[in-house]
Amino acid sequence: MRALIPVATVIAALIALWYAAVVPMNAQWTRDQAARAGAELTLPALISDTMSQSRPRLPAPHQVAAELWRSTIIEEMTGRRGWWNTGTLSNRSLIYHGWVTLSATLLGFAIGSGLGIALAVGIVYNRAMDASVMPWAIASQTIPILAIAPMIIVVLNALGISGLIPKAIISTYLSFFPVVVGMVKGLRAPDQMQLDLMRTYSASGLAVFLKLRWPSSMPYLFASLKVAIAAALVGAIVAELPTGAVAGLGARLLSGSYYGQTVQIWSALFAAAILAATLVALIGLIQRITLKRMGMAA
Amino acid sequence: MRLLRETGGLQWMVMAAAYLSAVGFGGPGTLPFAAMAAIFAVVLLHLVPRRWSAAAALAIAACLALAGWSLLPFAARTLPFIAMIIATWAGAWLLVALLAGMPRKAGLWGRVQGLFAPVVFGATLLWLWEAVVRALDVPRVILPAPSAIWTRIIASPDILWVDFVQTFVKGALSGFAIGVGAAFVFALLVDRSDFLRRGLLPVGNFLAALPIIGTAPIMVMWFGFDWPSKAAVVVAMVFFPVLVNTVQGLAATERMQRDLMHTYSATWLQSLIKLRLPAAMPFIFNGLKIASTLALIGAIVAEFFGSPTRGMGFRISTEVGRLQLDMVWAEIAVAALAGSLFYGVWAVLERWVTFWHPSQRGR
Repeated sequence: MRALIPVATVIAALIALWYAAVVPMNAQWTRDQAARAGAELTLPALISDTMSQSRPRLPAPHQVAAELWRSTIIEEMTGRRGWWNTGTLSNRSLIYHGWVTLSATLLGFAIGSGLGIALAVGIVYNRAMDASVMPWAIASQTIPILAIAPMIIVVLNALGISGLIPKAIISTYLSFFPVVVGMVKGLRAPDQMQLDLMRTYSASGLAVFLKLRWPSSMPYLFASLKVAIAAALVGAIVAELPTGAVAGLGARLLSGSYYGQTVQIWSALFAAAILAATLVALIGLIQRITLKRMGMAA
Repeated sequence: MRLLRETGGLQWMVMAAAYLSAVGFGGPGTLPFAAMAAIFAVVLLHLVPRRWSAAAALAIAACLALAGWSLLPFAARTLPFIAMIIATWAGAWLLVALLAGMPRKAGLWGRVQGLFAPVVFGATLLWLWEAVVRALDVPRVILPAPSAIWTRIIASPDILWVDFVQTFVKGALSGFAIGVGAAFVFALLVDRSDFLRRGLLPVGNFLAALPIIGTAPIMVMWFGFDWPSKAAVVVAMVFFPVLVNTVQGLAATERMQRDLMHTYSATWLQSLIKLRLPAAMPFIFNGLKIASTLALIGAIVAEFFGSPTRGMGFRISTEVGRLQLDMVWAEIAVAALAGSLFYGVWAVLERWVTFWHPSQRGR
């Protein structure tokens, strides 16, 4: 709660800055229109016009909010193709596009974190893997996977795999790395004293893993899962760019940029931001509950 | 079981079994004699006493290289060839286990020693890729072999160079410099007020987790097709990680240390330079390393939304459309190399600047 007032202040300042930027960014178009109509432009008229253009260079916050509201609740409730009238999500609503992206994100995240945990266990328990795999896991992240996403999508399409899986693969690639790094650290977190204690109990390797290493890696696991799910979302969005702008938040970004629909771009961007924030908050919640039940909550 | 694991016996057994099946199923002439002999030598070499293991590792590496090289022209979808691939792969694994088990010397030689295992692993992966592509006859439009990619790199250095300059030097580097500089200055300003810091850290952390790459179409709309729009995306991507880490780092000093500076009647600038900046360096380098991997990605992805007819992102998206995948992979190789080097520069600088930090001393 101590942070509430400063955070609110910063957010308010950001929104104020945004509003202040809207006027100079959009003024040129308004002036051109006025000059063409031969009308005299007063300052209040200029300001109010910059806030309500249909294709502004920078849409005002309330325009983005209105578009978000219109393309989610209004579209689904009153739209001809909306959920209320047809029982299925409208392909013009951000809920539908968000769901398309979310499903790829979650699948990729699940595979990626599973893979990451498995690799981390291998690295911690096998010296050869520790020496050989870890440097390449780091090097693999310097390959701009986002940049080769289009190729992966096209190639997999040629192999007859399309839809959810290619996007999930990109998400997997981006999300496994933080989990590997975090879990290697976490599985090595127990110190020698604790390991020696397990030895005096003559615990088997499996018991050491289940009763000591795994529990003590939990804080690290959740910290890296938060990073991983944000990365998975980015991967899913970028993977949607080359699919020909069919469905998903990435497709909305691309079609918005083709047709100069700035408000659409911004609302897709904010939908993605809200999605990311929700996912990260969700993992934070699971973390709190888990650590509390394990008696590790700070 | 423990003995098996620690001496590489498991890998040895896999290798011997694969070798025997290659011998058993292969008729005369299906596989080169050199490869068969080399793998047999590896099987025997693993049985030499421990104290000669360095020499044995060298001999195993040489034999594996010979086997791998002479196997490639015989690539086919036959059982003996696949068995030999498994044998060679198990041999490489054995070598890695051997190298990882050797005692590390101190100093420069130890560091070089640490590179052996990853190099062997990487070379094996490349070789496996080449062998599988050849054996299964994978079409060029799905996955080109490393040799084809290498030929393409050799054949078109001018295109690769132009793209590299456009995307990395103009787009990513300039954006990185501006973004890091702005974040640093902003962090110093924020640091002067506790209120701002408490407000900005959570917001900055939140913004750093957002898909900022999505601003690429907006930036292209604002700054045009050429490199300034790519630099703008990079600025937006690197700003928040560096800002958050720097602000955190500047707050990392302890009350006691700051009080000491106070008793010296040090000015704000003096205590910043002598105490708080050095203490912040591990955090700042953490942010810089994150930002260095983001920079190239941002510049490349931004090119998907429109660019002049050069640049890595432009080349990748157009060559994918023309199914010239060897060119795409050539660009990826250049990008990976540039990205690794850029990251490596910061990692080396970090070791040099923050030599006192526990995470650096341990190695």
